Amino acid sequence: MIEFKNVGLVYPNGTEGLKNINVKINDGEFVVIVGLSGAGKSTFIRSINRLVTPTSGSLLVDNEDILKFKGKNLRKLRTKVGMIFQNYNLVKRTNVFKNVLAGRLGHTGTLRSIFNLYSKEDKALAYNNLNRVNIAEKLYNRADELSGGQQQRVSIARVLTQKPKYILADEPVASLDPPTSHQVMTYLKKINKEDNITTIVNLHFIDMAMEYADRIIGMRAGEVVFDGPVSEVTEKTFEEIYGRSIREDDLRGGAQE
Amino acid sequence: MTTKNTLAQKTMPLYPAKTKIQVTIIFFVVLGIYTYSMIKTQEDMVGGFGGALGNMYTVIEKFFPPNFAILPAIWDSMMQTIQMAIIATTIAAILTVPLAVLSAQNITTFKPLYYLTRTLLNLLRTIPDLVLAVIFVGLFGIGVFPGILALTVFSLGILAKLISETIESVDMNPLEAMRASGGNVFQVIWYSLVPQIAPQFTSLVLYVFEINIRASVVLGMVGAGGVGLILNQQLKFYNYPNAMTVIIVIFATVLIIEYVSNKLREALL
Repeated sequence: MIEFKNVGLVYPNGTEGLKNINVKINDGEFVVIVGLSGAGKSTFIRSINRLVTPTSGSLLVDNEDILKFKGKNLRKLRTKVGMIFQNYNLVKRTNVFKNVLAGRLGHTGTLRSIFNLYSKEDKALAYNNLNRVNIAEKLYNRADELSGGQQQRVSIARVLTQKPKYILADEPVASLDPPTSHQVMTYLKKINKEDNITTIVNLHFIDMAMEYADRIIGMRAGEVVFDGPVSEVTEKTFEEIYGRSIREDDLRGGAQE
Repeated sequence: MTTKNTLAQKTMPLYPAKTKIQVTIIFFVVLGIYTYSMIKTQEDMVGGFGGALGNMYTVIEKFFPPNFAILPAIWDSMMQTIQMAIIATTIAAILTVPLAVLSAQNITTFKPLYYLTRTLLNLLRTIPDLVLAVIFVGLFGIGVFPGILALTVFSLGILAKLISETIESVDMNPLEAMRASGGNVFQVIWYSLVPQIAPQFTSLVLYVFEINIRASVVLGMVGAGGVGLILNQQLKFYNYPNAMTVIIVIFATVLIIEYVSNKLREALL
């Protein structure tokens, strides 16, 4: 369970990233955060694995206040909270298998990982996860030889190899075309259901949010302006979140109905 | 509508007026420095260019024909020079890694440490290789060892600077991903930084190796071992045909090494 209690974040340049956030995310939920760029979606998500550190309030992950974490505690938190990025963030010159095994870093000793001494189980786990996202045949290809959608699938395999309890996805489909976007979202949804991994996704496409989310949190100017199950969400809700009428480019399209 | 467009074209220079003035001033200042130093150096040349051409004949006559009979005797010290360069480059390449990482602003976010290593490297680079050689020869006596030390320190300064700049231009996204999956500092560096800089690292090490070959010849002249020592001796004994052979051997070696390392670098990048 993730719980934001009066969380605020002010960046060193004075920008307020988050303003008094109070949100509780239950285990197994598939939450989509929507909002325009600059609304604080990224800051919200990155607070959970402490890539950014909120400056006030408390943030509980499994009933522990993670804002005080340092060093070993912080790394332990990060092994529990996996992350997927807009730009996939793979090491481009390294092969797919090693990229995926990097998901084990938090569980592996420094020396073992430097000399690639991964256990049989870890290797099997990495391979199985590549299989789950149907990309095992690219095992020994260099990451930069893959297409965007393939790279994002590899990064999903990497995050799964981490065996996380939570997955954060920061605009995972913003750099992809509509069919590939749906493919990636489908994998995320499937993993959420099959492994019961709590998943929090940042999106700015309304139609995709509606299609995949259990629950939608709307953000504007660092504040949560909507929080509710997807069944309560209408076009008017989005107009309220965005503070303007809905436009063509707020939709990704290409849904397989 | 059309008048508005032409107006916009006229009033919109590509660069702001301030930049233009600055660049113009800088241009004339640099031009002035050049002109001044050219006039000054001309004054210092006693015979002018005409005298130099006349002297050239005398110099060439003394050096030719080279005495190739001493080739076998040179061979050993040429190898010694190459060995010095190899050892010095290797040691420098290893020591560079921590120094380069610590002086890269994007990795070493702890400012005091960054400034400390930066300053240390800058200091290191300001010492000329010849001065280093003189110091180490003074400390350890004539031979290969002070030469290796001088070359190591000298190439460390260059290499660490160049590599830390490579590190600073790296894609930070994979590093963020490794950090987000719970990796510690060493794992993050090893998994996402090293693969990104490995080709440039190798290329720069080869480049510094070339520099070291040339530098070790010069160092030999102040007693730091290798073929430079022989060259210096022959020049002092006015044995110019022998010196010429040494020069030719050095020339050929440098060319071969440059060719090989260029090929290697092409294959890497």
